[in-house]
Amino acid sequence: MTTPRRACARSGRTAIALWLAFILVCGIIISRSQFTTDLSAFFPRSPTQEQQLLLDQVRDGLASRLILVGIEGADAATRARLAKQIAHRLRADPAFVSVNNGEPVSAERDHAYLFNNRYLLSPAVTPERFSMDGLHAALSDSIDLLASPAGLLVKSLLPRDPTGEMVQLLSHFNSDTHPPLAYGAWASRDGTRALLLMQTRASGSDTDAQQHAMLAIRQAFDRASSASAVTPAAKLLMTGPGVFSVTSRDTIKSQVSRLSIISIVLIAMLLLLVYRSFAALALGFLPVISGALAGVAAVSLGFGTVHGITLGFGTALIGEAVDYSIYLFVQSEQDSADQQNWIKRFWPTVRLGVLTSIFGFAALLLSGFPGLAQLGLYSITGLIAAATVTRFVLPHLLPANFRIHDVSSIGASLSRLVRHAAILRWPAVILLLAACAILAGNRTSLWNDKISSLSPVSPTDIALDASLRADMGAPDVRYLVVVSGASRESVLQSAEQVSAILQTQVDQGNLAAFESPSRYLPSLATQRARQASLPAAAVLETRLAQAVQGLPVRVQRFTPFLADVAAARSQPLLQAADLERTSMAMAVDALLIQQQDHWSALLPLTAPAGAEINANRIRAALNAMGLPNVLFVDMKAESDRLYSGYLHEAILLSLGGLVAIIGLLLFVLRSPLRVLRIIAPLAAAAITVTAGLALFGQQLIILHLVGLLLVVAVGSNYALFFDRPDHSPDHTISPRTLASMLFANLTTVAGFGLLAFSNVSILQAMGITVAPGAILSLIFAAIFARKSRA
Amino acid sequence: MMALSVPTIFTLRVMRYMRVALALLLTLLLPAVSHAADWTIDQLMHSLAQTRSGRASFVETKSIAMLDKPVESSGELFYSAPDHLEKRTLKPKPELMTVDGDTLLLERGRQKYRLQLQAYPELAAFIGSIRGTLAGDRKALERNYRLSLDGSAAHWTLQLLPADEKMLAVIERILIAGEHDTVLSIAITQADGDSSVMRIEKLAQP
Repeated sequence: MTTPRRACARSGRTAIALWLAFILVCGIIISRSQFTTDLSAFFPRSPTQEQQLLLDQVRDGLASRLILVGIEGADAATRARLAKQIAHRLRADPAFVSVNNGEPVSAERDHAYLFNNRYLLSPAVTPERFSMDGLHAALSDSIDLLASPAGLLVKSLLPRDPTGEMVQLLSHFNSDTHPPLAYGAWASRDGTRALLLMQTRASGSDTDAQQHAMLAIRQAFDRASSASAVTPAAKLLMTGPGVFSVTSRDTIKSQVSRLSIISIVLIAMLLLLVYRSFAALALGFLPVISGALAGVAAVSLGFGTVHGITLGFGTALIGEAVDYSIYLFVQSEQDSADQQNWIKRFWPTVRLGVLTSIFGFAALLLSGFPGLAQLGLYSITGLIAAATVTRFVLPHLLPANFRIHDVSSIGASLSRLVRHAAILRWPAVILLLAACAILAGNRTSLWNDKISSLSPVSPTDIALDASLRADMGAPDVRYLVVVSGASRESVLQSAEQVSAILQTQVDQGNLAAFESPSRYLPSLATQRARQASLPAAAVLETRLAQAVQGLPVRVQRFTPFLADVAAARSQPLLQAADLERTSMAMAVDALLIQQQDHWSALLPLTAPAGAEINANRIRAALNAMGLPNVLFVDMKAESDRLYSGYLHEAILLSLGGLVAIIGLLLFVLRSPLRVLRIIAPLAAAAITVTAGLALFGQQLIILHLVGLLLVVAVGSNYALFFDRPDHSPDHTISPRTLASMLFANLTTVAGFGLLAFSNVSILQAMGITVAPGAILSLIFAAIFARKSRA
Repeated sequence: MMALSVPTIFTLRVMRYMRVALALLLTLLLPAVSHAADWTIDQLMHSLAQTRSGRASFVETKSIAMLDKPVESSGELFYSAPDHLEKRTLKPKPELMTVDGDTLLLERGRQKYRLQLQAYPELAAFIGSIRGTLAGDRKALERNYRLSLDGSAAHWTLQLLPADEKMLAVIERILIAGEHDTVLSIAITQADGDSSVMRIEKLAQP
């Protein structure tokens, strides 16, 4: 006896040393890890070209940098004054590229840019327009305009711009709709809010910068409203992708920390109640802590960053990982020799349970949805670490006189219950049939097919966003034409060609309007061509003299025009820098994107009033042009496709996980009948839970499906214990084992049950599925367990 | 002017003029005694306000310094209380100007311009003078102009002088002439000497 015991002690010391080293390494990795709470967990790992575009827009696009601000309460005049004061303060803040509230702050610069460069910018500038006939037609058109109600606005321009290029340009720029003005600042159409639209310098995915921007807005508002003290009722509202990132980070952070604390306290109380020993409690948490550290470290190594959602999920896994030490403590008899005995008798079953869980989770690893893949890696590593520590380290750490409260009385009453559980077989079958009927009845509305169902943003915030967006008259861009190329010049040239096609579609009424960066910054080639269309001074003078024949104007009036055209012929071509400090810079910034040496131009399309865009028609028109690198993107269809891709994949992966678990059990147990007996209660639990969700009107998202996979993985432990053929000669399960299963189940339910109260939809979905699923699989396992021969 | 349709809706605005209405009733009962001195701005405004909607043809002559001779345009006007105004020019070039509340929409051929009147105070004042007169909205008119009335109910001239300096730099004077509750002409003299006269003839409601 002496030699094996010494060997055991030596191997124990080695195990403890290895474990400590492992914990240390994990700690180092974690201290260097990056944690994120942005929406990246919802982005695919290998996107298509269209999806990439969608994601870039969500992450860095102009849309991601917009913050919509509303001011409610007080009266309209006060709201407008507050909006102006906020705008005034923030315009000086370098964190904001632009702050718009309807005040004409950049109107003068915009006007100057358009007017001074009208001969390079106006699409109407062609050699024909500056022929004698062209000039005559343009002049008589301008004279007609002079007589119209708008004449007041163009009268002063006529001597310098008789061909009306400025009017041409303005007609394009006035097509977008702005909110109405009240007291000189934007207001919602119903007149209850003042509105501001801000563009941050930082991208929407830079959550820290977005938080600073929000803080700056809040401070500007507080300062403006406290300056006059008469406006206690005024209220600040903010929305936008950046705001969403900030609020979801706050939500996830507070949820994760709150859930972990509650979860630990709850499980600790539960275990204390069972063990009645603080030493046992502390030791019991060692595998959990090891598992959690290993999981986070593995995700950090595997993905580079750890998502907050993964940590949130980790809290639930506390309840699962603690099971192994429960099995060890409760199932062991009351002396240390028996821990070795436990290892012999129970470890193979626990190991098989761990393996089935791992096989289930392994399916998630393959997911193209990084959020799921992280959960998979976290769970696998965490469970392996927890089980390994329980098996190889924990027994060596137990003090010689280690004892927990005797639970055999609980076990005995459980035994009595289980002996009679078989009575419930028929009611259980009826329940199962009812569940199947509910599922069949709800099969069309079972799944939530909106990608927004994954978003951690609350429905209230989404409603506020929609309402402010509607006020602003800024509908979501659904259709985009994307042109890509190797240089700014090449994409601008392609954008001009696409614009020509789109203009035809506008003329035919298939589109209301479209936007293009080439409108504000034409390609150099086009600018050169327009310059070349302008005749030399002497030629122009002669043509103009002929052109005014028959018109009620004298040619002498247009001397400034001759001078302007002469200047335009030799003016330097426009560069992006020339747009600075105009409101058009924002548009070009948004629509012209550089990524390393790759450029793309975005041309958003606006549907005709009261009609949809016929995507096929536009696509056909674009294809007919035969331009390479032109992509017609339906953002909504892409995001829906992205989600349905995830959903489809998750279904396949879950089925794959199920098949892997069955395969594993078949391989280990080598008895299809036993496998069936193990799987049946799990399937029954999964079906009943799903029916329950449907009954309560909860539409299923991907995470419910993942939850079901977890139910199977977790529940397989119970079914395996019930199935162990070697309990005792009469095939009854030992009271001690029953008690350990009940405690393990309670901790699992506590861990996942807490997630059900989370207001992060994916965590909630997981919790609401796994908690009842775990209980049901224990009950079904008991009901459908092999009948004792007693 | 456009449309004499007898008041059908007794609006809240009319309620405000209840006292005036009473006075007017007296003058209607005693038409023979009515003379110029009785014809006040309030009375004019009240009778103008009775017109809820109307249609008229117009001929407008603009004298613009830059052009050698005046340009003439013609078409139809349509007004509906309180703030919808349409000016449909048929000659020399089809053009449609629609004003609704604060939004002005100008359509010329394929081109469309949408303006917020608040952003163009001069234009807003122009539109306001016409719309305010048609609506009989003295308050709205007095926001931009000082008013004075000449003549009798049978033949009156309302003079609008811009109230602030900024407007004076654009508009010198607006003269609106009419008979009873009908506007017959609107003459605008701009600060730079350019001027326009619009003659209006009531049309039957379609």
